[in-house]
Amino acid sequence: MSLVDQLTEKPWLTEGCEVEGCVGEAPLDLRAPHLGLKVLLGVASALFMLVVVAYAYRMTFGDWQPMHQPWLLWVNTLILVLGSWGMHRAWGGAYSGQLGVLKSGMVLGGGCAVVFLGGQLLVWKELVSQGFFASYGVSVAFFYVVTALHAAHVFGGLIAWYRASLKIWRDDDIDNVRITVELCATYWHFLLCMWIILFGLLLLT
Amino acid sequence: MAIVDSPVVQDIPAAEVPDPNEDLYHAKSWVTKYLFCQDAKVIAIQYSCTALGIGLLGLVLSWVMRLQLGFPEVFSFIEPAHYYQFITMHGMIMVIYLLTALFLGGFGNYLIPLMLGARDMVFPYVNMLSYWVYLLAVLVLIASFFVPGGPTGAGWTLYPPQAILSGTPGSDGGIILMLVSLSLFIVGFTMGGLNYVVTVLQARTRGMTLMRMPLTIWGIFTATVHALLAFPALFVGAIMMTLDRLLETSFFMPVISEMGEILSYEGGSPLLFQHLFWFFGHPEVYIVALPAFGIVSDLLSVHARRHVFGYRMMVWAIVIIGALSFIVWAHHMYVSGMNPWFGFFFATTTLIIAVPTALKVYNWTLTLWRANIRLTLPMLFGLAFIITFVNGGITGLFLGNVAIDVPLSDTLFVVAHFHMVMGIAPILVVFGAIYHWYPLMTGRMLDEGLGKFHFWVTFLGSYIIYLPMHYLGFIGVPRRYFEMGETTFIPESAQDLNAFMTIVTLIVGFAQLVFLYNLITSRKNGVEAGPNPWKATSLEWQTAKTPPEHGNFGKTLPVVYRWAYAYGLPNAAQDFVPQNLPPELVATHVGNQVPDTDGES
Repeated sequence: MSLVDQLTEKPWLTEGCEVEGCVGEAPLDLRAPHLGLKVLLGVASALFMLVVVAYAYRMTFGDWQPMHQPWLLWVNTLILVLGSWGMHRAWGGAYSGQLGVLKSGMVLGGGCAVVFLGGQLLVWKELVSQGFFASYGVSVAFFYVVTALHAAHVFGGLIAWYRASLKIWRDDDIDNVRITVELCATYWHFLLCMWIILFGLLLLT
Repeated sequence: MAIVDSPVVQDIPAAEVPDPNEDLYHAKSWVTKYLFCQDAKVIAIQYSCTALGIGLLGLVLSWVMRLQLGFPEVFSFIEPAHYYQFITMHGMIMVIYLLTALFLGGFGNYLIPLMLGARDMVFPYVNMLSYWVYLLAVLVLIASFFVPGGPTGAGWTLYPPQAILSGTPGSDGGIILMLVSLSLFIVGFTMGGLNYVVTVLQARTRGMTLMRMPLTIWGIFTATVHALLAFPALFVGAIMMTLDRLLETSFFMPVISEMGEILSYEGGSPLLFQHLFWFFGHPEVYIVALPAFGIVSDLLSVHARRHVFGYRMMVWAIVIIGALSFIVWAHHMYVSGMNPWFGFFFATTTLIIAVPTALKVYNWTLTLWRANIRLTLPMLFGLAFIITFVNGGITGLFLGNVAIDVPLSDTLFVVAHFHMVMGIAPILVVFGAIYHWYPLMTGRMLDEGLGKFHFWVTFLGSYIIYLPMHYLGFIGVPRRYFEMGETTFIPESAQDLNAFMTIVTLIVGFAQLVFLYNLITSRKNGVEAGPNPWKATSLEWQTAKTPPEHGNFGKTLPVVYRWAYAYGLPNAAQDFVPQNLPPELVATHVGNQVPDTDGES
């Protein structure tokens, strides 16, 4: 039933419910975690979109000076792509019942995320060593804000990844972690897409 | 009502737990039962107590402000810097930490699972974290009173550059703690908000279609979606301003000199902060108002024994108001020097939003038309809300017009307007809701005599305070002034009016203490309510026990057969038909509750 049909129902005219077989038998709906993640990604998208809008608005002022992007960001981007591919592999492994693929994918996905965070820290260190503090100019300040917000989201994902990994290595029970791995993979893909948009914005401006 | 099986109920997933002991969080100790509890009802009470506690502080701050305004130079302990700190903290506390937290964290947590026939929120652990992060935000906010320089005195809008310049009270630690506290609040709310949205969409019991949900749930649901999309704007603004303050970045700070010294800021845009703030700030009005709209609809229906007039229209109006409120924010910025075409656009959208809002007022009125109105306390507060909201809304039409807003900007007229529309009106609903659902939460009724005293003093007192305030604003008395001094355009009698308003404020404040006394003493001494004392139809009154226990319902969850407004049906044995009463029993069943299939009630 479409959303429109649901929202145009006339509740004062309808009465009744098909109850046969539905009481006490149906399990808790497993779509809730998926929906929860979608809502979370919606909120995160709104957050990043607002940063982008603020960035675009602030660019129009006279004091804006374009910032040279460190080459290490390209490497970090590749690492993020690799991590996303690893998580996707883990997702596939979880659904095909291949524990080895699942574990290797999880290691790759999580490992790349950790390396990515380390790489971003190196970029920050390099910028600071060159005298590009946050107060140097507003484009530099935005760079720090954008990368920090994205990194905070990656870090949050690593907490979920850690909990999922604990379950996988402790129980070796794929059924228990299938949804968690799928959600982690979706989140990794989202963060990759978001990073590509943000990195593109930083490069182009 | 024709008995036609709803075509959409088949699509509703059942949130059944085959065995209540499975899949449901169970506390193992006192600490996990009452402190770090994952039961939404306990979390709701934690939210409510914390919000009311910090709200009490906000109330006390308003008394001190009024003492200064009513009797300037009498109370030497109120210094100008303190005054600005008090108005700032009063505003922020009341809007964010009291009303938002109470409507969504308090009523949302308590009512969503119960009204939808669910056992709990879908992510109870995250829900618990949401409260503790909220509490941390409140503690950080309170901590700002104790840091050197005290809390920020920048006004609740926290506009830069003034908010972080050293001439503003609380520009040392106060502003930083305020920004940190707001950021924490947003993180905590996001955790809770995820729960509310997903629970509404995924955990409704069998038969509870979207259009069978009580309007309370529609209001809370839409407001939550709103908040999830609007709060990130404040979050971004708070982070950038924190960096401007701590690291001397120039997101918002322009080239500026202070005490003759040019600061290191350059090129920042204060207007950017205003856009971010009001992109959150205006939806915030509806984050507070939409749950109030929903709750008052249910209060009126139950206590007038009549279905909500135009239910479908009411749902759509809530959703449309929610959508429109994202494109009106700059009407708070008419005096910022914006392009006149923008002013025209935002004035137009502001006036358009009055259409669905007026529609709701008409429908509330028509719900009462020829109804069997019972002047209970929830009904009195509901009626008072309608009157107050109409008053506040009409002055909003004034301020929505650029030509009228510009001369009235930054006067007491604005203060009176927003206090009526998003202060008094929603708080009247909060009171009505507490009188309505207190019996469910505690099993006892609140004292009616004390309640009526509370109602009449609050309702009439609010008008005695804010109607003169409109007048003062109209003659040009500015807001945020520590004291007026001598002017050529404000008559001396304005001061008499201010003194009078201050005395009434203290009396209204006393009535709130009576309300608190009633809340506390009725917990033990109130008349026993029994199950469903108001003879309502919605599911929260159909729990196995009153107050509902962990898991809410008996062994099986209720099945919903109709909407929540089946009052006065011609073929029914009594004047209300609970949502979970099977159709074949409508003509014969008498009693406040439907017997559970496992016979627990």
